Amino acid sequence: MHLAAHFPGVNNTTVWADPRSRSQIDFSSFEHLARTAERGTFDFFFLAEGLRLRERNGRIHDLDVVGRPESLTVLAALAAVTDRLGLAATVSATFNEPYELARRLATLDHLSDGRAAWNVVTSSDSFTGENFRRGGYLDRAHRYTRAAEFVATARELWDAWTPDGAPRPFRHRGQHFAIEGEFTVPRSPQGHPVVIQAGDSPEGREFAASAADVVFTRHGTLEAGRTFYADVKARLAKYGREPDELKIMPGVTFVLGDSDAEAQERAAEIRRQQVSPQTALLALEQIWGRDLSSYDPDGPLPDIDPDPESSLVQGRVKHGDPSPSSRLRSSRGGPIAVAARWRALSEEKGLSIRQTVIETTGRQSFIGSPRTVAEQLTEFVAADAADGFILVPHLTPGGLDDFVDRVVPLLRERGVFRSEYTGPTLRSHLGLAEPVWKG
Amino acid sequence: MPATAPLHLAAEIGGPPRYDPGHYIGLARLAEHGALDFVTLGDSFARPGLDALAVLSRVAPATGRIGLVPTVTTTHTEPFHVSSAVATLDWVSRGRAGWNIDVSTTGAEARLFGRRPAAPADELWREAGESADVGARLWDSWEDDAEIRDVATGRFIDRDKLHHVDFEGASFSVRGPAIVPRPPQGHPVTVVDGTSGPARETAARHGDVVLVRATAPEQAAAARADLRRRAAAHGRDPDTLRVLVALTVDLGDAETAPEPGLESGPPLAAGGSYYRGGPVDLAELIARWHRGGAADGFHLTPITPGRDLERIVNGTVALLQHRSLFRTFYPGGTLREHLGLARPANRYALEGGRA
Ligand SMILES: Cc1cc2nc3c(=O)[nH]c(=O)nc-3n(C[C@H](O)[C@H](O)[C@H](O)COP(=O)(O)O)c2cc1C
Repeated sequence: MHLAAHFPGVNNTTVWADPRSRSQIDFSSFEHLARTAERGTFDFFFLAEGLRLRERNGRIHDLDVVGRPESLTVLAALAAVTDRLGLAATVSATFNEPYELARRLATLDHLSDGRAAWNVVTSSDSFTGENFRRGGYLDRAHRYTRAAEFVATARELWDAWTPDGAPRPFRHRGQHFAIEGEFTVPRSPQGHPVVIQAGDSPEGREFAASAADVVFTRHGTLEAGRTFYADVKARLAKYGREPDELKIMPGVTFVLGDSDAEAQERAAEIRRQQVSPQTALLALEQIWGRDLSSYDPDGPLPDIDPDPESSLVQGRVKHGDPSPSSRLRSSRGGPIAVAARWRALSEEKGLSIRQTVIETTGRQSFIGSPRTVAEQLTEFVAADAADGFILVPHLTPGGLDDFVDRVVPLLRERGVFRSEYTGPTLRSHLGLAEPVWKG
Repeated sequence: MPATAPLHLAAEIGGPPRYDPGHYIGLARLAEHGALDFVTLGDSFARPGLDALAVLSRVAPATGRIGLVPTVTTTHTEPFHVSSAVATLDWVSRGRAGWNIDVSTTGAEARLFGRRPAAPADELWREAGESADVGARLWDSWEDDAEIRDVATGRFIDRDKLHHVDFEGASFSVRGPAIVPRPPQGHPVTVVDGTSGPARETAARHGDVVLVRATAPEQAAAARADLRRRAAAHGRDPDTLRVLVALTVDLGDAETAPEPGLESGPPLAAGGSYYRGGPVDLAELIARWHRGGAADGFHLTPITPGRDLERIVNGTVALLQHRSLFRTFYPGGTLREHLGLARPANRYALEGGRA
């Protein structure tokens, strides 16, 4: 089993109102969580990315945790206070250039003795683009062709050095990039930093199968996990790859208690904290695309229809949502369909707005005593629903303490998780071979 | 300049490329042992070496007081990313970050990116100024007390204290606000080499620390006066500018060389000033120039970092400390405090205050 730690960041998963909640910026928070993950012999430490603060109607969203330091710089500093833990940064392939980013990633790999990873994301709404030289940029169709060419180019650069330690000129000509020269960094300790992919569309899955070492997914339930797992693993053969060469790791939350009942109670309380009355209305606005601020969060859902073309809420990464027009057509996806499902659920169970949001927006959560959680995690991996998990704690920075102290020992006892690191690099933790040097 | 103005000292720790962080940590600790204001680490996309900002971030937790100033080019990079990375270096070092702004003028560098052709230096330095400007605006785009964590209203931040910067430059625009909250120093320290003509205006307008190359004290004094005059013309208080003479130093392996002193124009420091001699004579030169008001301090680039930095710290600096011309400990924690520079007021908070 592979385990990674997600630093609780900018979203409503993080319960900042809890008195134990500390700074999400101060380096001490990163250091605490990373040291805890390393104590738990986790594979890696994971940082997400957002390049524009969320807005509602032109005003900054003010309810969730916002503000975070820049990932690669934080990870370089964390390399000083950890020895073995992998260090993974989410960085957009859309708002960066291959030469610079490949260099920063190779640098991190050197500074950490082979522990660097890159989670390649593609989010490219023009809202985000307003912070960059290009402005709006890239339609959906080109996002993954750019990402794929970006990763391929980065790999060319990571190989552009001779074994006896001299830069070897490179030249890349493609649809998105035409670059040439010499790369300034020798081949890094892992050969190539580990590549992670997060993105769920068919294009995203194909890209993962062709180029990624790890997939970060949201398919955390047993059934959805098995389906996704089978689908992605089946795509590998086409690229001459073995199922083991790509690890599938859903992002999951967890709640522990001394007993299962206590954990359930705690989980319900955490959900109430995560979905405050204000957050519930905002979640609804994200689907309805309308100003619903006058509605009572403890009252029923609005009976008006959503506005599918609305841009009331911006900057929220829409995981797997197709474009607005195909969303309208699709039976599962579109806001009108989602609204109908939510309304049906709320009527059937007599749920208020807030209760409906609580019911519908939770992600896969492992809830129970340490024994129960250890069992469930093991079962997921045994059932081919995942190769491991990226754990998303709800508290910064102590949210992983209990898991490492109470669940990890049980996983070790069962022999499904390592007791110590066996190799120095992140690739060795993940059981991945060093890429062939195309020198 | 009053004779009692504190002397500022900084050192470059780059040199032939090294890929192990231990090398840089050793040098930064050595400089910190000498209570130097800051170390710089040069960088360029065009020659072998690691990303300097990342290296100094790796150095940050391994040091406690020394300022950390990587070279950051503004030509092929994204101003938004650059300002985030520099702010983050300030967070991880708890207020010890700066950035030495540079430009990439060559066609070779342009071809590494394939985004834009090479451009003349004066155009790129104007853009570098815009990068510095937008950086400072982004650092101000969160007021210091924007994070409120108000449980009663459910608000994590007071959004009235976050600001779009709406910057429109000649070659880029940025909407803002920053993703990274305002860094500990308010603004990390901006360092610019103001020797060359095209860079001088940008240095006078945006630099906290300006480096100048000079082979005689009169030349340094003239450059300093020019920079201060230009800064004033931009509405700045000239006393918020620290002008350091940049010297490449070769301390050889004798206490004093047969012919100590400055030479100009050797191949190793093109157009710059080059000192060859012993650590004691270097201390004499620093004391003399500083006393005469030629500079606020010196930025020393050892020709052989390991050897020369050791001689600078244990020879030159020790002697200056012995004569009470240089501090023996850090009275403050941040780079701004070492430099005697105030933490900048937040422009948006000021506007709000007036409104
Ligand atoms: C589990 C997961 C995590 C993601 N994390 C980020 C992130 O941190 N930053 C970001 O900009 N996009 C993130 N994305 C967005 C993806 O990169 C992608 O833009 C989005 O999923 C749409 O692509 P798709 O249609 O292939 O799913 C994430 C997506 C998934 C599924």
